[in-house]
Amino acid sequence: MTVFIIRRLMQSGLVLLLMSLIVFFGVFAIGDPVEIFIAADADQAERERAIAALGLDRPIWEQYFFFVANALKGDLGRSFVFNMPSIDLILMRLPATLELALVAVAMSVLIGVPLGMYAGYRPDSVGAKTIMAGSIFGFSLPTFWVGLMLILIFAVELGWLPSTGRGELGTFLGVQSSLFTWNGLSHLFLPALNLALFNISLVIRLTRAGMRENLPMDYVKFARAKGLSQRRVVLVHVLKNILIPIVTVVGLEIGQVIAFAVVTETIFAWPGMGKLIIDSINNLDRPVIVAYLLIIVIMFIVINLIVDILYSILDPRVRLGDMGK
Amino acid sequence: MTLEVRNLQTHFHTKAGVVRAVDGVSFSVAEGKILGLVGESGSGKSVTGFSIMGLVDPPGRIVGGQVLFQGRDIVGLPEAEIRKLRGNRIAMIFQDPMMTLNPVLKVETQMIEAIRAHADVDRKTAWTRARDALGQVGIPSPEERLASYPHQFSGGMRQRVAIAIALLNKPDLIVADEPTTALDVTIQGQILYEVQKLARETRTALIWITHDLSVVASLADEICVMYAGRIVERGSVDEVLDAPAHPYTAGLIGSVPSRNAKGQPLTQIPGVMPSMLNLPSGCAFRLRCAHADARCEVAPPEPVGPRGVRCVRPLAGPRTGAAA
Repeated sequence: MTVFIIRRLMQSGLVLLLMSLIVFFGVFAIGDPVEIFIAADADQAERERAIAALGLDRPIWEQYFFFVANALKGDLGRSFVFNMPSIDLILMRLPATLELALVAVAMSVLIGVPLGMYAGYRPDSVGAKTIMAGSIFGFSLPTFWVGLMLILIFAVELGWLPSTGRGELGTFLGVQSSLFTWNGLSHLFLPALNLALFNISLVIRLTRAGMRENLPMDYVKFARAKGLSQRRVVLVHVLKNILIPIVTVVGLEIGQVIAFAVVTETIFAWPGMGKLIIDSINNLDRPVIVAYLLIIVIMFIVINLIVDILYSILDPRVRLGDMGK
Repeated sequence: MTLEVRNLQTHFHTKAGVVRAVDGVSFSVAEGKILGLVGESGSGKSVTGFSIMGLVDPPGRIVGGQVLFQGRDIVGLPEAEIRKLRGNRIAMIFQDPMMTLNPVLKVETQMIEAIRAHADVDRKTAWTRARDALGQVGIPSPEERLASYPHQFSGGMRQRVAIAIALLNKPDLIVADEPTTALDVTIQGQILYEVQKLARETRTALIWITHDLSVVASLADEICVMYAGRIVERGSVDEVLDAPAHPYTAGLIGSVPSRNAKGQPLTQIPGVMPSMLNLPSGCAFRLRCAHADARCEVAPPEPVGPRGVRCVRPLAGPRTGAAA
């Protein structure tokens, strides 16, 4: 286990290095931020002063080494637009995105797994067919359209829920979040549902497939032959076997939901990272883009590590020493 | 009588038609006796076993007959009632030990839950009983093995665990569905010996389902030979094996290699088991039977009594089936 984690951390370092190269040079290639900042009527001397102040007059490899050296000290550069450390800027927005993502993923598990299990357990029932038809909609309807419809129905027509912003923040154990006030939760519900819809459908289909695959297996019949209740057979024996693919997908979902909450955040005016990255790309705010992408990479690395460790807990046949070789 | 099956009919209603997997099977097993249920793949012997357990999955259904367990008909009992018997009074051992244990649960979990499903005992007591059961089937250092997962056992050891689970609640009847087929011959011998010993000691009735005549020869008291969902011949082991009356039984015996006939080609039963959707009229075996004639186109009468054969032209032995 320890060996596995150490090896995994070394691999992660390599991944991070390669990603920083790609991101840094990639962002360098997409345009010159100087054009956006400096007034159109500035003279040549002013331009050069600005370029030198930003460090953009150096060769790109020198800029990169400078960046890596600073990054190792925890400094990912200053935002051109906000003139503050880009990492602080991102961390300021992170909790909003994180709470949105976590609630969305929790929804996809808490709604998706039971519905999927039912659909797999009674595949010919009307309920199961309704669930499966619904999951096709959840799969194929575009997020932005569903978001607008949710606002139209629940915020505009019915007036039940607010449609924009984070609402009041509550503080619990020093963490500020919408999760801790009713007002905040009411703000959170629609965007989280919007973000979760695709994932709920994915989890439903995956769970159903797992149920259909596992129920005819001998171990299920043997468990029933022992005289166990159907409840225990399904909720302990079968569920534990189908959790492995679900954990994989949910792990990927967390990363994906954090990184690509952009559309939902824009529609519901949610002050998260997604909105920040879109603004930064529009302004060519390079340090923020680079820092954002690197933080997302780290997040994926951490999530994958947790997923691998969960595997070994769920399935005793998986030995971590053999993985990642 | 521990178990009496009367005219059991288990049919599968499929899109292609009704498959009469078990079609009017009757037999009985007394306390401490071992019944061998023999037949080829698809003869309905496993479905018979699952019917006794009440574990026939849709589209299959028991459409007729009775399964009298200690005098009580358990066909059509409510699920909650039959569950009290399953794993408690009637236990089952499955064919493939690699598939029957849940791969993600520890052996102790799987054993303790089997005890606690039927008796209101605490985990500690259940654990002790589980440990003793593992020791009883010859698993070394059972304390440690209880904390293991199934993949840490070999095939033979897993089958011993499955047998231990079946024995946990000291059942009155065990249905063993080809439990040694997937094992090495040496392991097979050990398991056969131990199961026989345990069944005799505890006076448990045992139904041993197999396609292998040599296995039942050394194990069973009585044999029922099944073909196409029906019992075609029954009798004591000696009667059936020494003087088979049904040409099918004779064919099965002829196809077992023996030391006496070294160098001689084995006799085969020509053809394959007919599709259960499209059985020939009259005797289901007649198209493969060397002795068949026009009389076989009429369904042969039901075999009755402890020694019986479903054939109008039996080879030898009793003539219960035919008036001739």
